[in-house]
Amino acid sequence: MSQQVWIAGGGVICGIGKNVEECLTSFENMQPGIEDMHYLQSAHKGVFPVAEVKSSNAELAAATGLKPSTSRTAMLSLLAVQEAWQSTGLGDIKQFRVGFISANTVGGMDKTEDFYIDFLANPQSGQLRHVVNHECGAATEIVADAMGIKHHVSTISTACSSGANALMLGSRLIKAGMLDAVIAGGTDSLTRFTVNGFNTLMILDQALCRPFDDTRTGLNLGEGAGYVVLVNDELATKLPGKPWCKLSGFANANDAYHQTASSPDGTGNYLAMKTALERSGIEPKDVAYINLHGTGTANNDVSEGIAIERLFAGATPPASSTKSFTGHTLGASGGIEAVFSSLAVRDGIIYPNARFQHQMKELSFSPVTTFSKGNDLPHVVSNSFGFGGNCSSLVFSR
Amino acid sequence: MINKMYIRGTGCVSPQQTADGSGFLEEVRTYQTSRLPVIDPDYKQWIDIKLIRRMSRVIKMGVAASQLSLQEAGIQSPTAIITGTAYGCLADTGVFLNKMVAQEEQMLTPTAFIQSTHNTVAGQIALMLSCHGYNNTFVHRGFSFENALLDTMLTLQENPTAQILTGGVDEITDQSHAILERFGLYKSSNIDTTNILHSETKGTINGEGAAFFVLSGEKGDNAVATIDAMATLYKPTDVYERMNFCADFLSKNNIEPTAVDVILTGRNGDFSSDLSYDHIESSYFPGATIACFKHLCGEYPTASSFGVYAAVQMLKAGEVPPAMLFGEAKHKQVKKVLLYNHHNNTHHSFILLSVC
Repeated sequence: MSQQVWIAGGGVICGIGKNVEECLTSFENMQPGIEDMHYLQSAHKGVFPVAEVKSSNAELAAATGLKPSTSRTAMLSLLAVQEAWQSTGLGDIKQFRVGFISANTVGGMDKTEDFYIDFLANPQSGQLRHVVNHECGAATEIVADAMGIKHHVSTISTACSSGANALMLGSRLIKAGMLDAVIAGGTDSLTRFTVNGFNTLMILDQALCRPFDDTRTGLNLGEGAGYVVLVNDELATKLPGKPWCKLSGFANANDAYHQTASSPDGTGNYLAMKTALERSGIEPKDVAYINLHGTGTANNDVSEGIAIERLFAGATPPASSTKSFTGHTLGASGGIEAVFSSLAVRDGIIYPNARFQHQMKELSFSPVTTFSKGNDLPHVVSNSFGFGGNCSSLVFSR
Repeated sequence: MINKMYIRGTGCVSPQQTADGSGFLEEVRTYQTSRLPVIDPDYKQWIDIKLIRRMSRVIKMGVAASQLSLQEAGIQSPTAIITGTAYGCLADTGVFLNKMVAQEEQMLTPTAFIQSTHNTVAGQIALMLSCHGYNNTFVHRGFSFENALLDTMLTLQENPTAQILTGGVDEITDQSHAILERFGLYKSSNIDTTNILHSETKGTINGEGAAFFVLSGEKGDNAVATIDAMATLYKPTDVYERMNFCADFLSKNNIEPTAVDVILTGRNGDFSSDLSYDHIESSYFPGATIACFKHLCGEYPTASSFGVYAAVQMLKAGEVPPAMLFGEAKHKQVKKVLLYNHHNNTHHSFILLSVC
């Protein structure tokens, strides 16, 4: 049994950098990673800007040692997991009971959609190696096997809140004494399937997204992977350095309003944040920064904003959406933003919300627009909300 | 150590008549094909007819099985909803993918995409029940249902009075069957599910279904069985690792192998993958009755949820339905069942159930 669950390190790869340091530099220099589509082959190239990881599949294969036919989702995942584990300085992973809990939304769809072109023309056609890793769990196993993780593997898929839910299960497994450490987070690569899916919902912005801005008209998709390493009390004392922070609270609630839209009063969002704070044993006034879900859709930002105003009752702490830099990385976002939020506690970082200009008329607060570090941030909240009404909030504490 | 979970309600939609109110395996449905479809109950009992038309089979199966288990538990709405599905919503995924390819990414409509996400079943159940509680979906191949059970156990550990709706669901589509068939997974000739477990040939049969349970840390009025322990083993390197893992599982949970009345295994008729079951059955449980379930529901990554459903029915009746026996019956009354299942020999799970 462990009393606390510590964040011993983390790793990220996304549109603004291939590791934690590159990402922090991009925030500091106000350089978002959202551009014209370059690597994904789609009819929507040049129409919808996206935040791609700036590497081809061949380059990712070379960097990971995986076959070039491997799903991009698994390759991104492995790079972030390697960085996350290395950052802890714990050495040989096989010494400990380590679990790997990874989230994603479409598994190996990037390869399946290539397979389908041939398969639809002739059911006996199409390379089976392109569909053998279609299942969401396959990407997780490719990474677990490459890392030598065996004690526990699981994959979570709750749309855009997936990555946050991975941290919750990891925390529970550590608290129950079943594992010493868990690498938890999420991964997703861009696919034609998701670009077209979000396009049918008419929530993609053809310009750069503007989270929490009154003129916002949609989100920009992104890709990447992000993981934290959760450890128990005992491993926390074995770290060569100090742990980054602890995961002190979490909650998952369902909005139960609509399959894709958030309720106007953000019921699920409110419940998730409120319950997470209760679990953490803190009051709303103790929260020093909120890493918003902040997709930039008309619907999300107003529901999330109203839920925040209700919970924080006029004293909303500094808040921003890092999706204005990374795009919405779907199943990866909860993991990526867990890393950013952990670093926020460790280094006192408040991230900028890019391109904010116009105050939302429904809200009284506005997002932070500049980068700063060295702030006093004892508690940071990270929100992840998604389709299916799935809402999750995490609390990171010093 | 994790406390046991009380099974307060069960619901199942499967290739057998599990959803029509008849007694479990009173009448056994047999199949002569490599694809076992679920027997659809009258979904109108639970779902508005306007919604039915838009829902894919996997959603309907999941909703029906969850409603049956809630009815049996005598509750309207659970504290939390936790599902496991390896493939997710294949039909809607297929519809969107087909149109996207055929129409070269033009003129697409959102319905299939919206319903393609893996959490659609859990989300729809929450929506229909207005359930704002904890909601999670596991999508890890042959561990999808087991991971949902694990999450349930941990959640009940924190809140034993909760009543959690937990289930496993997967569907077959024409395209998924055609693709899986190309991997050589299924038997192609002389298929008869009545003797498939003794076929001694390569390949199995494809299955689908939904099995849901209302689980709680407290007994309540309706509990008939408990899940006492569960463990998963990922990619064992050899037979010794599997055997040692089983021995560890028994000793960690203080179970004498002789106390196990029935060993319920996931034999699927593929002679090489069934060897794993032979080893465990003969080494540890020579005195137990051997029962099987995949000739009834087919092989699929969340088939262990059907296995748990079948185990509960056996515990409820105190006996093994003749159609599930593999060899002779050796038990007096069924009080303890060990479910040992594996999927593709890579995902092994042990689930211990007792009567209560």
